[in-house]
Amino acid sequence: MRKRKKADTNWSAVYVRGKSRLWGRPNHRGWLYQSFIYLLLISLGFVYLYPILDMFITSFMTLTDLLDASVKWIPTQFTLDNYKEALEAMNVDKTFWPTVLGALLPALAQTAVCALTGYGLARYDFPLKKLLMALVLVTFIVPPYILLVPNYMMFSDYGMIGTLKTLVYPAMLGQGTKSAIFILIFMQFFKQTPLSLDEAARVDGASEKRIFFGIAIPLAIPAFIISFIFSFVWYWNDTYFTALYLTGGKVKTNVSTMLLELQNFDAVYLEHMKQASGWFAYSDGNVANEAIKMAATVLTIAPLLLIYFCLQKYFVEGIDRSGITGE
Amino acid sequence: MKKRKKILKLSARHSLVGWIFMLPWTIGFVIFFAYPLIQSVVFSLNKVVITAQGRKMNYVGSGNFADIFTKDAAFVERLSNFLVELILELPLIIVFSLVIAILLNQKVKCKGLFRTLFFLPIIVVSGPVLNMLLNTGSTTIPLIEQYGVYDAISGFLPSYLQQPVQTLFSELLLILWYSGVPTLIFFAGLQKIDASLYEAAYMDGASSWVSFWKIVLPSMRGMILIGCIYVTVFLATSEINDVIILIRDYMLNVNKGFGISAAMSWIYSLCILAAIGLCYLLFGHERKTKVKHSYMTKSEIRRYQNAKKKKS
Repeated sequence: MRKRKKADTNWSAVYVRGKSRLWGRPNHRGWLYQSFIYLLLISLGFVYLYPILDMFITSFMTLTDLLDASVKWIPTQFTLDNYKEALEAMNVDKTFWPTVLGALLPALAQTAVCALTGYGLARYDFPLKKLLMALVLVTFIVPPYILLVPNYMMFSDYGMIGTLKTLVYPAMLGQGTKSAIFILIFMQFFKQTPLSLDEAARVDGASEKRIFFGIAIPLAIPAFIISFIFSFVWYWNDTYFTALYLTGGKVKTNVSTMLLELQNFDAVYLEHMKQASGWFAYSDGNVANEAIKMAATVLTIAPLLLIYFCLQKYFVEGIDRSGITGE
Repeated sequence: MKKRKKILKLSARHSLVGWIFMLPWTIGFVIFFAYPLIQSVVFSLNKVVITAQGRKMNYVGSGNFADIFTKDAAFVERLSNFLVELILELPLIIVFSLVIAILLNQKVKCKGLFRTLFFLPIIVVSGPVLNMLLNTGSTTIPLIEQYGVYDAISGFLPSYLQQPVQTLFSELLLILWYSGVPTLIFFAGLQKIDASLYEAAYMDGASSWVSFWKIVLPSMRGMILIGCIYVTVFLATSEINDVIILIRDYMLNVNKGFGISAAMSWIYSLCILAAIGLCYLLFGHERKTKVKHSYMTKSEIRRYQNAKKKKS
């Protein structure tokens, strides 16, 4: 009788102890919970990685492997011919520098101006400041397409279509792609540096310029890195504006970027084939196969991946240091 | 008196310096935002014809808008398709990125690795790359097609939802990829929540499930709003969006002209603004939560009131 009662009480204790060991508590997680988290993370991570992996592997395949349904993950032989074809078809030797400059210059200009603006909004009180902040938000919410038509006309009136100026000038004046986000990031960052530092510097006789360059900028390096990466990536990846401003909507022009070539890859490839093997090669069969397309895609995102992995540490750290989102 | 004057001067100087910092942006705002905005209103009300002498504008009032809705089926169809897609995809993206952000915020090993992995889509997502991946079928998960999920879905849903839901599934990976930036936003937001809140909740006996609903979600409301706005703007401006492709084509098309495409972009933008407004209504302002000061549970109160009624 007595024994049975003891066994009863034990069951609930076992349940509680078991639960705490398997599932754990907020300060100490059990292994069941842990493995659940890892399972989710890894499976989701795989889902994220799947297209990229697929792209990489396909880009190394030969034609026979592509047609062979049994070859999915490991090609029977690696080949670099696809890359060679893609490099030639996309005219990388000609389009590489426009692509880099078309992303780098606006990104630098945008980061610098957004830093200035964010600093002004975070550190100074002046009349109409509230209004200006509201306007910054308005520039984010209003879709850029409303402005597309008049801007295009303005640029074409000044004869700037087809040059990088169309991208750099708006960025230099703080109206590049999604500038408002960067302004908010910088504002948040500059708000965090203590005001007493400024005051100390001011007492010591530093000018406003010196305070900005000597104190504010070094303390906001992560914000600069985040903004630069984002800005660079967005300019690099943009084809809508570049297609319009750099080429005026035409397929064949003297200024082109790798992304634009990728967008019109079928046409570009056909052109390349015509040049490479004479006009009689022009037939329906000469469409770029998947592997070449994938190789071209890899080529266009490879520089971005490189930058991302180099600056990745600062990137994540910058997010940790808060401030990517305005409150 | 003298001292006061100097303080005034100082504050005036202060605001002057502030304006100097704001100057480039303000100039840019006027040149590249305010002026074109007004111009595009003018264009949308005119028929713009390009002649050898330059642009000619004929005032047509709301004629452009009427043309879009009466003569041109393509725009309305694409717009409505986009809106349905937005309504289906937005919640998915938000929920998904919230889940990822919470997962990333857990104490796990190889934190840096996972973060690098999940923020990767931010770098890779772009129009042509997505198009390539879509065309070659890298974005579909083969398993979904194999196990007849499509058939199961089309059996349940009304016909007007079937098509969008199917594309939803076939582009599931794409949607997951769109959640890069929202994940980043949520992740930053999660890290700002005070850890002592969780602790206090745990001490009061709340499980993590409860503290998710009572602590995490309420304090993430602002972030969710920002995420919603971002995703809406992103989807609306992404290069594989049919509507904006149409707008651009019309703009470069000599027969259609600038007027129509300006009118289209206004209609489109108003739709997007409406969507953002809707998000704001949902998540924007804090709902007043009623604090219950009673020591009785609801059922106890009811019993008490019933007893009172019976007595009287």
